[in-house]
Order: sequence, then structure tokens, then C-alpha cells
Amino acid sequence: MQESESALFLAFQLVMAGDADLLEIVGLSLRVSVTAVLLSCAIGLPVGALVASQRFRGRSLVILLMNALMGLPPVVIGLLVYLQLSASGPFGWLQWLYTPTAMILAQTLLVAPIVAALSRQVLEDLHDEYSEYFDSLCLSAWSRVSTLLVDARYSLLTVSLAGFGRAIAEVGAVMIVGGNINHYTRVMTTSIALETSKGDLPMALGLGIVLLMIALIVNALVMTLRSSAERFAYA
Amino acid sequence: MSVLLRLFGVMLPAASVFRKLILITLLLGSHSAIADESIVLQSTTSTANSGLYDYLLPLFQKNTGITVKVVAVGTGQAIKNAENCDGDVLLVHATQSELNFVAEGYGVERFDLMFNDFIIVGPATDPANIKELTDVVPALQRIAGVNALFASRGDDSGTHKKETALWHSAGVPIKEASGKWYRETGSGMGATLNIAVGMNAYALTDRASWISFGNKGNFEILLEGDDALYNQYGVIGVSASACPNINEHDGQLFVDWLLSPEGQAAIASYRVDSQQLFFPNASSN
Amino acid sequence: MPESGSAVASSPFISVTGVSVIRNDQRLLDNVSVDLGDSEFSVIMGSNGAGKSLLMRVIHGLVAPDSGRVEVAGSVNPSGVTTRLHQAMVFQKPVLLRRSVAANVDHVIDSKLKDRRLQRDSVLDEVGLLSLAKRPARLLSGGEQQRLALARALALKPSVLLLDEPTASLDPASSQLIERIVQKVHDAGCKVIFVTHDIGQARRLADDVIFMHKGQVVEHRPAGQFFDSPASDPAAAYLRGELYV
Repeated sequence: MQESESALFLAFQLVMAGDADLLEIVGLSLRVSVTAVLLSCAIGLPVGALVASQRFRGRSLVILLMNALMGLPPVVIGLLVYLQLSASGPFGWLQWLYTPTAMILAQTLLVAPIVAALSRQVLEDLHDEYSEYFDSLCLSAWSRVSTLLVDARYSLLTVSLAGFGRAIAEVGAVMIVGGNINHYTRVMTTSIALETSKGDLPMALGLGIVLLMIALIVNALVMTLRSSAERFAYA
Repeated sequence: MSVLLRLFGVMLPAASVFRKLILITLLLGSHSAIADESIVLQSTTSTANSGLYDYLLPLFQKNTGITVKVVAVGTGQAIKNAENCDGDVLLVHATQSELNFVAEGYGVERFDLMFNDFIIVGPATDPANIKELTDVVPALQRIAGVNALFASRGDDSGTHKKETALWHSAGVPIKEASGKWYRETGSGMGATLNIAVGMNAYALTDRASWISFGNKGNFEILLEGDDALYNQYGVIGVSASACPNINEHDGQLFVDWLLSPEGQAAIASYRVDSQQLFFPNASSN
Repeated sequence: MPESGSAVASSPFISVTGVSVIRNDQRLLDNVSVDLGDSEFSVIMGSNGAGKSLLMRVIHGLVAPDSGRVEVAGSVNPSGVTTRLHQAMVFQKPVLLRRSVAANVDHVIDSKLKDRRLQRDSVLDEVGLLSLAKRPARLLSGGEQQRLALARALALKPSVLLLDEPTASLDPASSQLIERIVQKVHDAGCKVIFVTHDIGQARRLADDVIFMHKGQVVEHRPAGQFFDSPASDPAAAYLRGELYV
């Protein structure tokens, strides 16, 4: 494919030139998705840990719901958030529509269920191992949650990476609530969609390669962090 | 739309998580919401994808200091977004819908802004043999007659509305052909052109989108010049009496500038591959 | 027939009355009644599946009986909560947090008491792990892991220490080390309940023996009497090393 070759060349050129527009887009992509993942972890991890460690009525229903929400398409989330934030919607007064804040909100709603569902799975295995010890100590729900979260920290890092992958790669939600406004809400994925619709396939693919590299770098950074932390800490 | 709104309006605020989320995001989201010195333009895609705004908006900003944020979607969605008060100015190309928009009180006034024309593009092999024709109606009849593939926007955009009207004039029941030779992509102009090139299908497009489209393959313009293919763009300032929170003043400044001799001259001077894409005609207002 | 009561020299401290645990129509504990004093080193013996560990869990409050009751120091605790607060339990397979040796001990002190550092170091010293305090707990040897679990139990300053086959998977040297520590804890005035199926270990440690068979307590007698002349056929067979059907 001649497109792929020129795309590689373009990607290389874009990165080497340190193109200001590209840096701005990459910066916004990272800012939006990293913030959304942090928020998602703040919400999803405690929820996952609570569901993993507590037995209550309707628990399997909650798990079913969490797992189903993992598959919610980004466009649907985008539409839901748009309807809320639209000037004619209930939260229009916030004036968040077509701002990075709206994009963070949408990606948080997208990623939080993923973090909650995946961490529930990870933490439930750990809880099975710890539960008699917890019971023996009569630990409170909160102590159980915090113990599980601390002890599963490295697995949870992988969970958050899965969430980051979903956030940085999605286009449907940020397109609707961000509007793909140049120099304001344009991120990697919406740029790729735009270049594709302009028929500039090499440029679209070039941006795609840059996105791939960013994902690789972020994953490599976190993995390095994890393995070195593990080496200095505990198995 | 309003039923949906009510539905979700009940669903989401009920979740306290959502409220907490808002508080948290409020703290993080200290970056400016849409600043005072900016307006949101709900626009059709062809004007954005052809690069017209990249050329016009810096000129306007230099004059007024106002930033224009462009949300480029299909005409149908642009109008709906503006009806939801999510824009200050509307720039689309479906005259009847625009007039309705004003009649229903959402817009201040509709103005002719500029025009270009629609064309039919297709594979150079031209299986329906329409290249020898000059009128669009018989051309569409030929395409339908040999069941040649045709890629339609199918997204309620201005181009799609135009295309539907043309099929109606040609007396071709496209609903029955949908999914057979008539393929509705449900996508923007660019995506539809990509699909058309991919499956060797004819397509109706505005000339600006075509000229600035980068993935033409072996496609060429097979029919152009019929008066029925005239493509008028209109501009409307959203009304503050319908949408109290919008920036009507700055929006109207933008509309006025586009219609002014300076704005019109700027539109006329925009070129891609040394071809003029849009022809200003505000004087016809 | 169950023979019980005579084994208790001190006043009954833990009183199990008519306890049954039924799972899938099987009576895992079948109308068990036993009284334990407040100072003896009590050893629960029996073959695999006799219900030793389950009885210990019922006493500790981890498993709620389907019928019957457990009294500790004269009060019934259906929820088991206050029972557990002055008990500490060591499991057959040590449950260690994925943290350092010191942090494992801190975890239980955190949840109960204040002056942690001093207390942590003293219990780690007691089990001979002070020099390994900073090691990851899960990189310790099997014997060290079980001693850490023991140290963590001791950090709770329990008045009753329950151990469920703590040496079952350890080599003889590690087992002896654990035995010595537990013995010392008992000498210092802590009530110990110890599950084992190691006859030699039971001989070394026990003041009184509760022998279980098929979910029932078939004997509860002072250790000397039990080992010299077991009163029941299952116990006699067990001590001879035979399988009793």
C-alpha cells in the first residue's frame, strides 16, 4: 500500500518537526484521557472493591450491570452527556458543552464502569484468599476495601491501563460533546476522523501511528514503574 | 428529541455519583468554559472540511478579537444542535429547513451567504453512461435503470435532502432500492466519498468537498452544470429570545461581517488548487 | 458415647452446646457439646474430615452453627463479634498480605491499638523475625511465613489463641520452632486451642485432648489418660495408626 508507506513517512515527519498543532492535540488528548482515568479510578476502584468484598442482596445484579456497562458504546455515552450538558438540558447552565471538561466527563462515564468491573474481578480473587483473615479480625467494610486496594495495587495498575486504552482510543463520545473544535477540543481521534473525512488518508494514518506510539510509551512507562516498584517492594 | 431529553433528564441526575462527578470535574475543569470573547458556529461539514474557515476566521478574529469555535456536523444535526441552544450562529445549506428554523423563532433572520453547486462523481468507467448527459434527472434515471451502485449520505444533511429531492423529481423509488444498489452510508460527505470510491459507486457531492477531497482514486466528475444542482448556503444568527444564554451580540457581529463587502470578498478569494470553491451572493438578500 | 466434662480442671470458659453444622444434607458437625477451661493447652485431634477445623471456626465465630450455641465467658454471641475480639486465629495456610513482614504485623495493630512500632518489634522478636522485618512477606520460607502469621496473631494480645494445623506443611525443625513459641505463649497465661493430627505433637503439647470422629466429639479427656488408654474404638485405632471405618 502506497498509503501506508507515506503514512509512516508522514508520522515520522510530524514527530520530528515537533509540529505545534500536533503537540497541542497530543497534549489535550493526554490531559483529557489521563484526567478521566484518574477520576474513573477514584470512583471505580472503591466500587469494585466494595462489590468484591461485601455480600448483599442484588449483588449479582450489580455485577451483571457493571459488566454490561463495560460494553456501552462511546457514542451512546456521548449522546447522554450531550443531552445533559446541552443548553436546553438540565445541566446546560454549567456551560460545559464543547469544552475539554465535557470530554473528561464523558470519558469518565465511559471508563469508570470498566475500572469498577475489572477491579471487582481482580479483587474478588484476592478477597477469597483474605476473607477468613478479615473475618477473624472483624474488619470494617472500609478497612477491607483499603486493604484489598493496597494489596492488589499492581494488578489495578493494569486495570487502569485498560481504562486508559479505552479512553485515549475512543472517538464517538469526545466528537459529540467536544465538537472537534480546532485549537480547543480537537484530540488525536477526532483529528483522525476529520482527516479521514477529508480523504487525506495518509495524514489520518500518520496521526494513527502517532497515537499508537503514545499508547506504547504510556504503557511502557507504567510497566517500567510497576516492575521497578515491585522489585523494590514486594512480590 | 424532547422525549429523549426528558427520559435521560430523569435517569442521570438521579444518580448521586453523577453529582459527585460534576463537583470533582468542576474542580479539575477550572480551565475556561466557553469564554466571553468567543462564539460557537454550528456548521455544515463541507465548509469546514474544505478549509474555508481556516482562511476566514483569522481575518474575522483580527478585526474583532472574537474567536469562532466551529462544530462541523451534517446540516440536520447542526440545526438540531442550534435548536438546543448549543450554538450562536448557524451556517448550513438547506434553505427550506433554514426558513423553518427562523419561522419557529430560533433564528433572528436568514441570509443568503454564498453558493456553489452539486456534482455527480463516479468511476471513470461510468457504468450507467451518464457522462454524455447534461441534466441530472435523466442521469439518475439511467443509474437506477442499470442498478448501478449509488452511495447516499443518508444522514438528513443538506446534501442528502437535495439528493432525495432530485430522486423524487426523477420518479425513482429509492426506499425500495435501499440496501440493493442504493447504499445509504449514514455518514458525512468525506466518509461517503471514501465509501463511494471503495465500492465504485456514484455519489452526489458539493463541489467544494470534492475539490478538497484527497482520496479521489480513479473518480471524476461525471455530471455538472444543471441549474437543478445549485447549492445555496445560508447563515442565521441564533435568537436570544429563544436561547437566552447564547451570545447573540457577537454572533450577529459574525453574521454581519460575513455579509459585509469585506467578508464576501474574503469568501470569493478562497482557493483550493487555484479553484474558487464558494461564490458569495449576499447582495441577493 | 461422648465422654466429656471430666477433662476440665479450671472452670468452663468456652462452652459449646449441641452445635450442628449441616451442608448439602451432610452433618459436618453433629450435635457437638464440649467445655473448655480458661488455661489448658487444648488439642483437637482426629482424622481428616472429622470436623476439627470446622469446630475451631465455630468457636472463633467464622462459621455460624445451624443449631446449638457457643458461650464464651458465660455470654452467648450469635454474631461472634465480641468473641473474636479477644481471640486470634492462625490458619493452616498462612494468609499473608502482599506487604513487608513489618507491614503485615502493622495491619492488625493498626486496626486495634496505638503504640505500634514497639509492639510490632516485640512480637517479631518473639517469633525470631525481627531481622527480616523489611522483607516482602511472601518471599519468606514456609516456616517463616507461619511464624509471621503467629506474630500477627500475638500482636492482637489475645486471651485465646486458636491454631488450625499450623505445622501441617512444615518440616520438623520449623514445626518445633512453632511449637516452642506457642508453648511460651501458653506459659505466659494464654488459652490455646490447637488442631493437629500429628500424634507426637499432641503428646508434647496437650493438657487435654478433644478427639473427633465423623463430626462428633467422641472423647474429651486429660492428655495423659487419653494417650495411655483411649476409651473409644476410633481413638484407639487412630493412635495405633489404623484406619477406623
